[in-house]
Amino acid sequence: MSCWGKVSEQVKFNFTGPFLAGLAKVVAGSSVRWVDCHPDTCQRIYFANHTSHIDAVIIWASLPKHCRELTKPVAAKDYWDRGWFRRYLARSLNAMLIDRENIKVHRSPVESMLKEIGDKYSAIIFPEGSRNDGTNLRDFKSGLFYLAKKRPDLELVPVYVDNMTRILPKGEYLPVPLLSRVIFGPPIWLENGEPKTDFLVRAREAVSRLRDV
Amino acid sequence: MDLLHASFSTILTAPLLAQQTAFLLDGATGILLGVVISCLLIATGAGQILRRQPDSSVNPAIVQAFIRRVRAWWLMTAILAVTFTIPSPVATVILFFLISFWALREFITLTPTRLGDHRTLFWVFFILTPAQYVLVAMGQSQYELFSILIPVYGFLFIAARIAVAGDYKRFLERIAKIQAGLYICVYSLSYAPALLYLTDWTDPEYSTKSTAGLLFYFLLVAQLSDLLHFVCSRLLGKNVIAPNINASRTWEGFFAGTGVTAVVGAMLSLTGATPFNPWQSAVMSIVIAVMGAAGSMAMSAIKRDRGVQDYGTLVEGHAGVLDRIDAICFAAPVFFHLTRYYFTTASGG
Repeated sequence: MSCWGKVSEQVKFNFTGPFLAGLAKVVAGSSVRWVDCHPDTCQRIYFANHTSHIDAVIIWASLPKHCRELTKPVAAKDYWDRGWFRRYLARSLNAMLIDRENIKVHRSPVESMLKEIGDKYSAIIFPEGSRNDGTNLRDFKSGLFYLAKKRPDLELVPVYVDNMTRILPKGEYLPVPLLSRVIFGPPIWLENGEPKTDFLVRAREAVSRLRDV
Repeated sequence: MDLLHASFSTILTAPLLAQQTAFLLDGATGILLGVVISCLLIATGAGQILRRQPDSSVNPAIVQAFIRRVRAWWLMTAILAVTFTIPSPVATVILFFLISFWALREFITLTPTRLGDHRTLFWVFFILTPAQYVLVAMGQSQYELFSILIPVYGFLFIAARIAVAGDYKRFLERIAKIQAGLYICVYSLSYAPALLYLTDWTDPEYSTKSTAGLLFYFLLVAQLSDLLHFVCSRLLGKNVIAPNINASRTWEGFFAGTGVTAVVGAMLSLTGATPFNPWQSAVMSIVIAVMGAAGSMAMSAIKRDRGVQDYGTLVEGHAGVLDRIDAICFAAPVFFHLTRYYFTTASGG
């Protein structure tokens, strides 16, 4: 694994990444809207609803190139670290693989995520944990709260990905080429002394509100 | 077996046919194209002059819309002209396939479907749509299958496939939506490139000419009638046909626009790009204008029901492909059949 990490640092010209971004855009026909928010290279956490396997790629591809290079989608290590092809894909998408099985106190997903983004990168996360059925957002997991608490300087940008359930629903493997939308909303921050559940409900609403703009 | 044999022989003889009509763009089509380009030059000039006028004399929003329209027409003309220079009608068929595919994408995106429809939609996009255009490209020999594939076999298949998927909620509504999308965006539109393959003209003189002129004439009249309906509604409009569906389409505009289209159509027949004499051309133009208006109204009704301004609203914030082709979709089958029945011997009559 460490060997792979070194190689990825050395790869200067990444052709697969832009290619995948282009392909994802064509398949999902996505249009991008920024509502009260602008693309920026400052450190951000993009948190989005999760309805399909290619959500992360679509959001990543929707960012302008200079932001994309500084943004890492978060992916499950147990899935993406299996086999050379998946590893290769994950590397070209700049993904950070987070272990969701061997969670220990000093090596929690939040800790390793913060270590990976350092003071330079942004991250794309899906606080619902697993894919929803497309009709309703699930309750958010607490990871987002702990991220916000440990790094209050990060901008938390809600993202709503529309129509992806219809393009590639859970349990299907062939996509239908409908048109999707990616909507970026105004950033939120953790308020002083805000309780965890209140914050998570507020974050969830920030995402679901984008559905109607 | 016969069918298989026929399709093989079509594929084998296709290159031969292509050699006979080295370019789809022949003299008569060239003249028609020249007329269109000069009109577009005038329109572009007019747009530039209007833009320099003070805002008080003309509404800048309308001028902007006009300039954007003219730009879209330039683009359409350029794409068609380039396609016609490729010495095979297959290029035009592929162009229309891509338009159909995109229009269907817009249609289904706006139409609520359920998870149970996913596999059916896959069939619709990747099997039925390409199959329809392959049949078009096989020419007149496949006319029968081409004209029933979607409305007979496709429709039965869609109903059965959704039933097999096991979701019965709003079943009839869902199959109707998918069928309507496939019918309008793919089946109806595919009649436009099918014009290129019409043969056995009753007028022997026209047999030597390229059918690209006929397709171009059809598209031109459809676009013109759309514009004329709009302009006449602005100038003379009093009684709106259906205010809830389209607030600017009036009966006066409809009749006056159709009348002017007939006159322009009669003049266009003088280029020799169609098998019609001026009277026949006028009648054909009226048919295209009426069907085009019907198509725009029907597609507007769907848009109003879904609560959007344009099919493209979802995509870019400007009108989508489907907003541009709605008139053509409704007019193409009627124009094709009338031409085939009365101007060729293919119908056996």
